[in-house]
This record gives sequence, structure tokens and C-alpha cells, in this order.
Amino acid sequence: MKQNIIGALCALAVMGGASAQSPKKPVAKPSTKAAAAPAAEEKDAATLEFEKFRAEMEESNPAELFEMKGQEQWKAKRGPKNVSLAESCDLGQGVGKVEGAYVKMPRYFADADAVMDAERRVVWCMVEKQGFKFDDIAKQPFANETFTPDITNLVTYVATHSRNMKIAVPLDDPKVRDAYEVGKEIAAYRAGPYDFSCNTCHGTDGKRIRMQNLPNLSTPAGAIKGVQGWPGYRMTGGVMLTHQWRMGDCFRQQRFPQPKYASDAVAYLLTYMIGTANGQVYKGPGIKR
Amino acid sequence: MTKKMILAVAMAAPLMIALPAAADGDHRAKAIAVIKKDFQPRGQAGLDRLAEDGVQAICNRTGNKPPDYIEKAMTADQLATVKYPADGKLLGDWKEGEKIAQSGRGFTWTDNPGLPVGGNCYNCHKIAPKETSFGTIGPSLYQFGKLRGNTAETQKYAYSKIWNAKAFNLCSEMPRFGHAGALNEKQVKDLVALLLDPESPVNK
Repeated sequence: MKQNIIGALCALAVMGGASAQSPKKPVAKPSTKAAAAPAAEEKDAATLEFEKFRAEMEESNPAELFEMKGQEQWKAKRGPKNVSLAESCDLGQGVGKVEGAYVKMPRYFADADAVMDAERRVVWCMVEKQGFKFDDIAKQPFANETFTPDITNLVTYVATHSRNMKIAVPLDDPKVRDAYEVGKEIAAYRAGPYDFSCNTCHGTDGKRIRMQNLPNLSTPAGAIKGVQGWPGYRMTGGVMLTHQWRMGDCFRQQRFPQPKYASDAVAYLLTYMIGTANGQVYKGPGIKR
Repeated sequence: MTKKMILAVAMAAPLMIALPAAADGDHRAKAIAVIKKDFQPRGQAGLDRLAEDGVQAICNRTGNKPPDYIEKAMTADQLATVKYPADGKLLGDWKEGEKIAQSGRGFTWTDNPGLPVGGNCYNCHKIAPKETSFGTIGPSLYQFGKLRGNTAETQKYAYSKIWNAKAFNLCSEMPRFGHAGALNEKQVKDLVALLLDPESPVNK
């Protein structure tokens, strides 16, 4: 269960409780100190509350429930073709092998002729190997308060088996490198009513929106903060959500329309983000505020 | 809106030819193609939002660092778009301004398009000292009026900056709130008052 604590702590860092990261930050300049102090205290209270919750969850990280379901679903014969993913789905490490697969995606898959992140790959397997319809999966791809799609369980299961492993997106593969470069350009693309790009918030160090720290996705240390803790159990609403969901929510706040589920756009953006985090240690599914 | 964008892009096009070759034009072209292909409209967020207007196109193509002559020409164009109140009065009600500054609502696919849009100001700026939950993407505006003086000139600058931030810094991170149709004349005036009114907590 120690791993769970680590995972939760990381989730905490990602969610960016200002105070969670403040010990690492330089002390505020005297001119802003007076104004910043009460906020820090407030945040401390929120952080304490979260830590209490995490301690309670320590014995049963909610992510584990989804992981267990995912494991069942990975091994069960399912879909119109009545085959299991365990006997048919290659995540890049050989058919059925999940160990270390999550941290080595996105990668290029010749059978699909596409660069795929973990979620997109599992969806591809469900469609191609098990015979599920893509449109049925894409209709409700993310969890809400009353429903968790199978794909979320499956991705959580796969991600669990990369816990405490180093991120190793194969950027030496020219197709993955190309996806990385395109993803980098997607992150820089300003449009919409507010002229926002991903980089407006996530392109420089040390910025906040309100009290929320914003990871700089152009550095390995920043990029890992954007990767850590996903998939994550979100206390708000009590739902399990994936990295794909998180990308969509960023675009929502960017005032963009919605990225299509399991699309090139999201896969390339994830290639840029996760690829930038190469060499950093992934702590597994986490808990989010 | 679309017509305006096409016009703006058409106007920007000849300028682009004169720009230094971008480091990564090929990947950017691919990125734009992928964006065009891989988004779907949702709620009030239609696909028209993916198109670049002239300012966005120039900023995207120069890594937000346009050459001086473009910066000069286009900021002047942006300034010309600012609509000032007919009566010339730019100082509204700072209390209303504070409410607008607090609200981050608006323009996302989950927002009700019928409701008023917030100014999002505290998301990025320190403003009144009582609000300690403020962002740091923009500079601190605390004591803005005290430092700059509540003059006609400063009022005009603050009003214009909020209406169209790109009139002063072409690739500013700040949205063009009036230009984008997010805030109306009265709301911008109220924000000007929040920044400049001697009675506003910003200047106490």
C-alpha cells in the first residue's frame, strides 16, 4: 500500500495544491508576501484535508477497484467475436503483455498504421479483435457519477502494471518523433475567442491560475506533472478519469470545440507531453482532487 | 465572424511571405490539418473557433515574436477596433467591476451561452488585496490607479487594453474581451473603475 501513498502524493502534486509544492519553491518576494500568506494558510487547510482523505484511502485506493474490474475485463472473452484482450491485444510488448506497456506508449503500431496512446490502443483492440463498434465506445467514452465505461477500467488496469517505471516513449522511431513534433505544434496553436493555446497556461515555469500551479509541459519536470496520477480517481464527483479525458477538459477550458475521442490530435498531444517526460518515473493511477 | 476571419487572414497572408522561414512549418501544417480533422462541435463551441484570425495566424507563425514592422502595423489595426462609449465616460462602478473580475464563466462548451461572461481577471492577475486566490500569468494590478494616476489618459489605456489587449502587445496572452464579444462597454467601464477609482480597494 506504500505505492498507493506515493501515487496519491503525486496526484496531489499534479493537482497543484499550491502549498503542496510550495516547499520546493523559492520564498515569495517581500512585496507580495503579505498578500500571499493568508492564501497559503487557506491552502494548507485544504491540503491537510486532502491528506486526511488520502490516509483514509491508503488501505483501499479507489483506483484499485477500477483496476480489478479492468483485470477481469482484460482476461474475459468478450464482444461479438468472443475473444479476450489477454489473448489478442498487443500493447507493444507482445500479445496480452501489460507489464511496462503503459509507460512505453504512445508508440507506433504497424497493424493500425497509427501512433497510439494507451487508451486509443485498447479501444483499437476492442474494435478490431473483439468486434465492438467504435461509435458505441465513443458515444460515452468517459466516466460520470453513475457510469464508468469498460475502457476506463481497462486503461487503469494497464496503467497499474507500469507503476514505478520510467517513462520511455520510443522517440527514436521516426513516426513517433513526427507525432511528437506535430503534438508540439498543436500545443502552440492559438485560436478561439480568447486566443488561447495549451502553452498559454503550460508553456512557462512558475505560473498559476488562481492558486492552481500550472506545469510547464515543455520541460521533463513539468511534463511528468501532467502525466502523473492519470488515470486518476477524482474526489470531486467520485469518478475515475483517464488522460484522454484530461486533454479534452483542457481544450474545453481553452474554449476550443471538443477533440474527437481516440483521435490523432489527442494521441499526438499525448506523444509530445509523455515523450517530454521520458526518463521520469510514473507512479501509477492516482487520486485527484 | 467567419467573413471577418477570412479577411483578416487574407490581409495577413502577404505579410507572412516576408517572414523568416519558420523553423517547423511542415509540422505546423500537419498540426493544423490534424486539428481541422479531429475536433467536433460541442455546445456553443463550434468548429469556426479553430480558424486563426490575422493576429492568431501571425503569432502562431512567429512563435509569438512577430517582426517589429508587423507588430507596429497590426497593433495599430487592433487599436482601431476598440469601441468607446458614446458619452466618452470610461469610469464605471468598481463594485460591479469586482464581480466581473471574479467570474471565470463563459465560452466553454459546458457554459450556457445565454448567461453573461466573466472577466476571468483573478485567474491571472493580483487585483484587490482581499482576494488572495489570484493567478500569476499576468502582472499584478494591485494599486494600479495609485501608481499610474486616475487620469483621462490612463482610463483610456485601461479601457482599450481590456477591450483589445492585442492593441498594445500583438501576441499578449490576454484575451481581447471587448473584441471577442465577451464583455460589453458597461462591463469594461466597471473594470476600469476597479483598477482606477480612488475608492476601489485596489487603490486603498
